[in-house]
Amino acid sequence: MDIVVPVKLVPDLVEELTIDASGAALDTMWLRLIINEFDDHAIEQAILIKERVGGKVIIVSPDAEGVDDLLFTASAKGADQLIKLNGNFEGGVNNHALGRALAALFKELKPDLVLTGVQAHNDLDGSLGPILAEYLGMPYIGYVSGVNIEAGKASVRKEYPGGLIAEMDVSLPAVLGVQAAEKPPRYVAISKVRQAMKTASIDDHLVDALESEGGAEISRMFQPEAASQAIMIEGDADEVATRLIDVFKELGVLESGG
Amino acid sequence: MIVMMEVSQPISFNEKFLASLYEVVDGERIRTCLQCGTCSGICPFGYLMDFPPGLMITALRAEMFQEVMNTDSAWMCVSCYACTQFCPSKIPLTAGLMTHTKEELLLAGRVPSELQSALENSQRYGNPMGESPRKRADWITGIEPKVTIMGMAKRPVDVLWFVGDYASYHPRVQLITKAVARIFNALGVDFGILGPEENSDGDSQRLAGERGLFEMLAEKNGRVFGKYKFNEIITTDPHAYNALKNIYPELGISYPVRHYTQFLADRLEQLKPLLKNELNINAVYHDPCYLGRANGIYDEPRALLQAVPGLKLLELPHNYANSLCCGGGGGGMWLDGFQWEKAHVRMSEWRVREALTSGADILAVACPYEPPRFEDAIKTVKEANRLVVRDIAELLNEAMGE
Repeated sequence: MDIVVPVKLVPDLVEELTIDASGAALDTMWLRLIINEFDDHAIEQAILIKERVGGKVIIVSPDAEGVDDLLFTASAKGADQLIKLNGNFEGGVNNHALGRALAALFKELKPDLVLTGVQAHNDLDGSLGPILAEYLGMPYIGYVSGVNIEAGKASVRKEYPGGLIAEMDVSLPAVLGVQAAEKPPRYVAISKVRQAMKTASIDDHLVDALESEGGAEISRMFQPEAASQAIMIEGDADEVATRLIDVFKELGVLESGG
Repeated sequence: MIVMMEVSQPISFNEKFLASLYEVVDGERIRTCLQCGTCSGICPFGYLMDFPPGLMITALRAEMFQEVMNTDSAWMCVSCYACTQFCPSKIPLTAGLMTHTKEELLLAGRVPSELQSALENSQRYGNPMGESPRKRADWITGIEPKVTIMGMAKRPVDVLWFVGDYASYHPRVQLITKAVARIFNALGVDFGILGPEENSDGDSQRLAGERGLFEMLAEKNGRVFGKYKFNEIITTDPHAYNALKNIYPELGISYPVRHYTQFLADRLEQLKPLLKNELNINAVYHDPCYLGRANGIYDEPRALLQAVPGLKLLELPHNYANSLCCGGGGGGMWLDGFQWEKAHVRMSEWRVREALTSGADILAVACPYEPPRFEDAIKTVKEANRLVVRDIAELLNEAMGE
């Protein structure tokens, strides 16, 4: 059971984002990168599967600041192989280009399963999973929150809006977009990460050219526009409650005269 | 005839764990445990633990420590040093047994999720709350004369102020941090802060079992200390004080360090003429675990309080070495939900009830963990809202008329 997990680093929203002079990209000066949260769940799900049925977990990530830490942390959690894509990734790439680069590599790796985060907050041209599935000619299921492997197929739990969950089988190899691992991503002690830095190695994979065709072109980026939608209600509890009921009626949430 | 054969057996987890305890300073004293149960009795949450400290030692001796590892007992420990303080055999229970048990639980991946995010945040952002490191010095806005940030001023200072996590970011604790800055300015102290270059001291993370993270944070702070020239480090945070004074030197990071109450008590003669306002209050002082029991600082905070005009200092039933923890130590700050599920009570509530019976109107504190904890407790304890929580620095500030 070979499971490949492509993960990417995305801008960390703990820091305020600023737009650069071109007006069409984020200013990278103060940008901090963090693992896409859904990709972190994909890693956890891959390791959970490996612990249940055996196999090999391969983590793949494009070069960016902090990628070595990300890969060694995954190794400390139980990943078996770490691959860094080297190429012109500075300034970020769209998911079409990343999908093409990963698909070329995955055709060599021939995995049984590709697990990736169902989405990332910087996806501008669709999420990575379906793009990868198309280039690899594999089936895709997204919004997955649990995976069981048996006899050449995967039984997955897929989440729908409104709290509905479907169970479906998919033949392997397949690409799954992970919404949440069965358990929250595990904590790995720093001493174990430091150990992994000494014992694990990162394989470099060169990507000659990135083809971003099919992706969106950004003409301008905006900060969210501030608008005043909030109504502050003053007064004692009775006055506030009376006014609130009026507001609910005005908005049609409560029936008038009720 | 019986033939004794030497059979080499793999070392058990029990043996390995016991050997690790011997390596702690005075660790071999664990052999002298009398099984008197003092530790389990004095532990504020001992009654909730399947294995309170004394029973943990029983399990070790019975080669059954794995049983302890299968419980949550160690995650109820707030590293308050009460067991260590009162152990008649002087066994380093907090530094050895409790901390090492948490380390083993952590290595085994058995970490409560609240604690996990505090540890991940500390690693990534250098503070357990996950705040932006760039905003670490935002509290200085409005302080005059302006607070010196070492990386920008590029000049030596007399005092390097290690501000700490909660003092930097927590909105309530920032008020205390500002009060300290105003006192320093009024006394003409030549001080600077590290601002965005400062990282968490890491002590509570260490006591929550994350030794590797502690070392990483200490090394980062050590590198930054090395960049600048100063004569001593002052901090308002007893946890940072404990780390800088007792643990950083083990890693080769050694600087003179004092808690701000020690620093100000030394300058009391200079401070007294500035304390002009009569406050007319009754105050009790809560001895923080890491100022009191862990480091023996009891008199300086009281000396400062007694210098406040019109302040009558009363004592809490649990005081000095017998002080009762606020519940925030040893990872307790990040285990509130977890511990509430087991205990359905908060240590801070016990302490607030004590303060109410003492007849005080002010609960005076000297640790940044305490104002948020005690003020939350005041909201939930009946008729407690006549009690006001103030850091010693805030009371001094009020007496200065600021």
